[in-house]
Amino acid sequence: MGRRLVALWAVLLVGLLAPVPASAQEDGARPPQGATLRIGLQQQIDSLNPFLGYTLAATDIFRSIYPTLTTYRAEDFAVEPELAESWETSPDKLTWTFHIRRGVTWSDGQPVTARDAAYTFNRMMTDPAAATANGNFVENFETVTAPDDHTLVIRTKSPQATMLAIDAPIVPEHVWSKVTDVASFANDQMPVVGSGPFVLTDYRPEQDVTLTANPDFWRGPPKVAQLQFIQFKNSDAAVQALRKGDVDVVQKLTPAQFDALAGEADVQQVKGQGRRFYELILNPGATNSENEPIGTGHPALKDVRVRQAIDHAIDRQTLVDRVMGGYAQVGGGYLPPIFSDYHWTPPQPRAFDLALANRLLDEAGYPRGEDGIRHTPQGEPLTFDFVLHGSRSEDTQVGEFVKRWLADVGIAVELQPVSDNQLNDRTTAGDFDMVISGWSANPDPDYVLRLQTCAARPSPSGGGNVDSFLCDPQYDDLYARQLGEFDKAKRVELVKQAQARFYEQATGLVLFYQNSLEAYRTDRYSGFTVQPANDGVIVAQQGYWGYYGAQPTDEAVNGASATDYSTVAWVLGGVVVLVGVVVALVIVRRRATADTRE
Amino acid sequence: MSDLLASVPDQAPPRGGRGRFARFLAGKVGGGVVSLFLVAVLGFFLFRVIPGDPVRTMTRGAPVSEQQVQALRERFGLDQPLWKQFLDFLGDLLRGDLGTSYTYSRPVGELIVERIGPTVLLVGTATVLAVLLGLWMGSRAAWRHGGAFDKTATSVALTLWSVPTFWLGLIVLMAFGVGVGVIPGLFPVGGISSPDTPPGFLPQLLDVAHHLVLPALTMVAVIYAEYLMVMRSSLLEEMGEDYLTTARAKGLREDLVRRRHAVPNAMLPTVTLIFLRLGLVVGGAITVETVFSWPGLGLLTFEALRVPDLPLLQGIFIVLAGSVVVMNVLAELLYRVLDPRVRES
Repeated sequence: MGRRLVALWAVLLVGLLAPVPASAQEDGARPPQGATLRIGLQQQIDSLNPFLGYTLAATDIFRSIYPTLTTYRAEDFAVEPELAESWETSPDKLTWTFHIRRGVTWSDGQPVTARDAAYTFNRMMTDPAAATANGNFVENFETVTAPDDHTLVIRTKSPQATMLAIDAPIVPEHVWSKVTDVASFANDQMPVVGSGPFVLTDYRPEQDVTLTANPDFWRGPPKVAQLQFIQFKNSDAAVQALRKGDVDVVQKLTPAQFDALAGEADVQQVKGQGRRFYELILNPGATNSENEPIGTGHPALKDVRVRQAIDHAIDRQTLVDRVMGGYAQVGGGYLPPIFSDYHWTPPQPRAFDLALANRLLDEAGYPRGEDGIRHTPQGEPLTFDFVLHGSRSEDTQVGEFVKRWLADVGIAVELQPVSDNQLNDRTTAGDFDMVISGWSANPDPDYVLRLQTCAARPSPSGGGNVDSFLCDPQYDDLYARQLGEFDKAKRVELVKQAQARFYEQATGLVLFYQNSLEAYRTDRYSGFTVQPANDGVIVAQQGYWGYYGAQPTDEAVNGASATDYSTVAWVLGGVVVLVGVVVALVIVRRRATADTRE
Repeated sequence: MSDLLASVPDQAPPRGGRGRFARFLAGKVGGGVVSLFLVAVLGFFLFRVIPGDPVRTMTRGAPVSEQQVQALRERFGLDQPLWKQFLDFLGDLLRGDLGTSYTYSRPVGELIVERIGPTVLLVGTATVLAVLLGLWMGSRAAWRHGGAFDKTATSVALTLWSVPTFWLGLIVLMAFGVGVGVIPGLFPVGGISSPDTPPGFLPQLLDVAHHLVLPALTMVAVIYAEYLMVMRSSLLEEMGEDYLTTARAKGLREDLVRRRHAVPNAMLPTVTLIFLRLGLVVGGAITVETVFSWPGLGLLTFEALRVPDLPLLQGIFIVLAGSVVVMNVLAELLYRVLDPRVRES
């Protein structure tokens, strides 16, 4: 009976599948006109709602579908007009007038006006849910008005030099004014109304996002017909998909994966400068915003000489070579070199010098005991807790190297690998001596610079976006001055001075800047606009240049659609037929021998 | 025969039998409901024990102000005292509301329902194949235990069982997804379907089936060993029994003795195992779903754990634990149907 069922099922499936190749071709004969650019995505898209989504993957999509007032140039991150064609400021630097580009339309045909921008910013200022992702941009806004369709006037509470770095997506008022509860609005009714180079046309959670070229984009339509982000939860699978030609671009490669793609046919590696810095924080005596000491930091680390001595005991070049496989740049200044305007290199970097480290520690009053370990004046051995991300192999390796170097200068280090969550908590609570940190910087340095100010320290209730617990009046002064400085050259100078002060204080040691490793298929794409022009990246830019400027090859434009369904049908059909034949043979054999069996 | 014997002490055999069954059923279902409640309580407190402020974790690295963090905390009810949160949670749960996910800003129930289909498809297919393969190989192996088939089948199964699933998945992915040497890459390396599949039902079905092959294959390779071993050992236990000798004495061929007499009796432990596994196997799909980017519950769990997204984890935990409880009750009921002896005890 069971066997008969199986046979029936097999016959049924064979019957179902047999005519498929023809019909699949009929149905599938309508591939999109032109090329599809398929990006292997390894990060989650948390929300399609531009007021809520803040992961890099989500913002990358928002940049392609929603307009912003200004954008960052592909070559060098310089501010460039986008929806706002031009702008001017009042003499007191408190009123900003943006002139909105004419003739730009939403994808449903309505014109894009200053009122849409005013609506977007006002919603962020009045609705807490709408401030989730980009609320920091409007914190200092007093009022935002649109006197006419092409003029947007923003008044700020205090002068703010970052006014041209507002890359918050602007949404159509005629769509969003109907949304009563932003917090629960998924924004997944396709097609989503936007006005960028692409229109969001399909979204399958955890699977893929499809964007279609916007023929009416004011800069002109993109060269590709479709842009697809395909989710991979496993970076090895993403690499294999690139090898196979299932995707055109992969990102976030590990050095090993990147190296393995060398020499692969039709694959071009892209070694880009990263936007992240990898930092070792030394607890300088954490305090909260009320100046009360918090946490468990070792008192010895309050001494800047001890912190500098530790820095002298770390060989950054070895870390870059051995831990990052060479795919990183030795760290120094706070802001990564990708933002060349603001990047600062210490004129006299603290070199790897164990003798000097030993001398500084002797001077600071931590002599070595008979066991070779240094002791505090109270006779306690000098032992530091080093908190690391347990899930990241580079942390583990950095920890081992640092532990060995510090042992050489008489400091014992206890490595404490913990979960990301615990690490964040211990950092915010000041419960560490040493901890690994790191941030992605923006073209405008304000946000990461602010992390090192007194104001970033946690409130007594535990909030605050703190980094190294630096609270230094001189640094704070430089920070405040750069924010109020509207002359770019002078602001750059102040930002560099602030970095120099941060370096001198040695609360956060920037060990290296990770490279951003990507690869793409050369048989389908002949080139991408990278950002910046020098060692830039394709994916997750500050702008849409990479996807907008993608140059498909003839093969990508005219080639067959990604999956050949007749092959699929034949492969699956073949398997089923095989099983069916085997089952049939067994049944026939059983029938034939039935008489002799019973 | 056993029915007759059993009904003797009872004054009213049919009614008593039915009454006993009702009592049995009520007992099992009642026990299940109590377990489900305990699951809910445990689910709530378990995820509150995880150290850390979830809102802070999810916003770290994103440019948010302290006021925004506070607003988020209020939105998710995290500013309330624990007992208040618990009462709210229980009330919502009774209304079928599992809360709102931090990361997706969407109802947890909706997210879980969305992902259950792919998981049931993957785990269901893999379990059916693994059960069929395991039972067949297990019974063959036991029948001629010590023989070449037994030795090869058990050692291969045990090897696959002990291989790390993640690793096996990657090997399968590279061999059959990308292709190595003479093996061409016939199957997709990830996902449940391609974004550009034509809209018709058949192409869609085919596309999903195509994507299903590698993850299902990996899962079958890992889990069939368990069914094989249980089937093998319970059949081995049956093999010395007198009724088999009787069956042989009647002149039945070995093949029929095995299929008609021995195997049905050896099935009982396996049935229990299948039901218990069905409840647990969803959790076991985490690795396979992650390797093959299969958008199911396992992957959702993996993502939720990374944040960690408390309401989501809590919801998944309740759904998974709940399904284990339900499957347990079902297994016990089915056991009663399959094995007359259980009815009497």
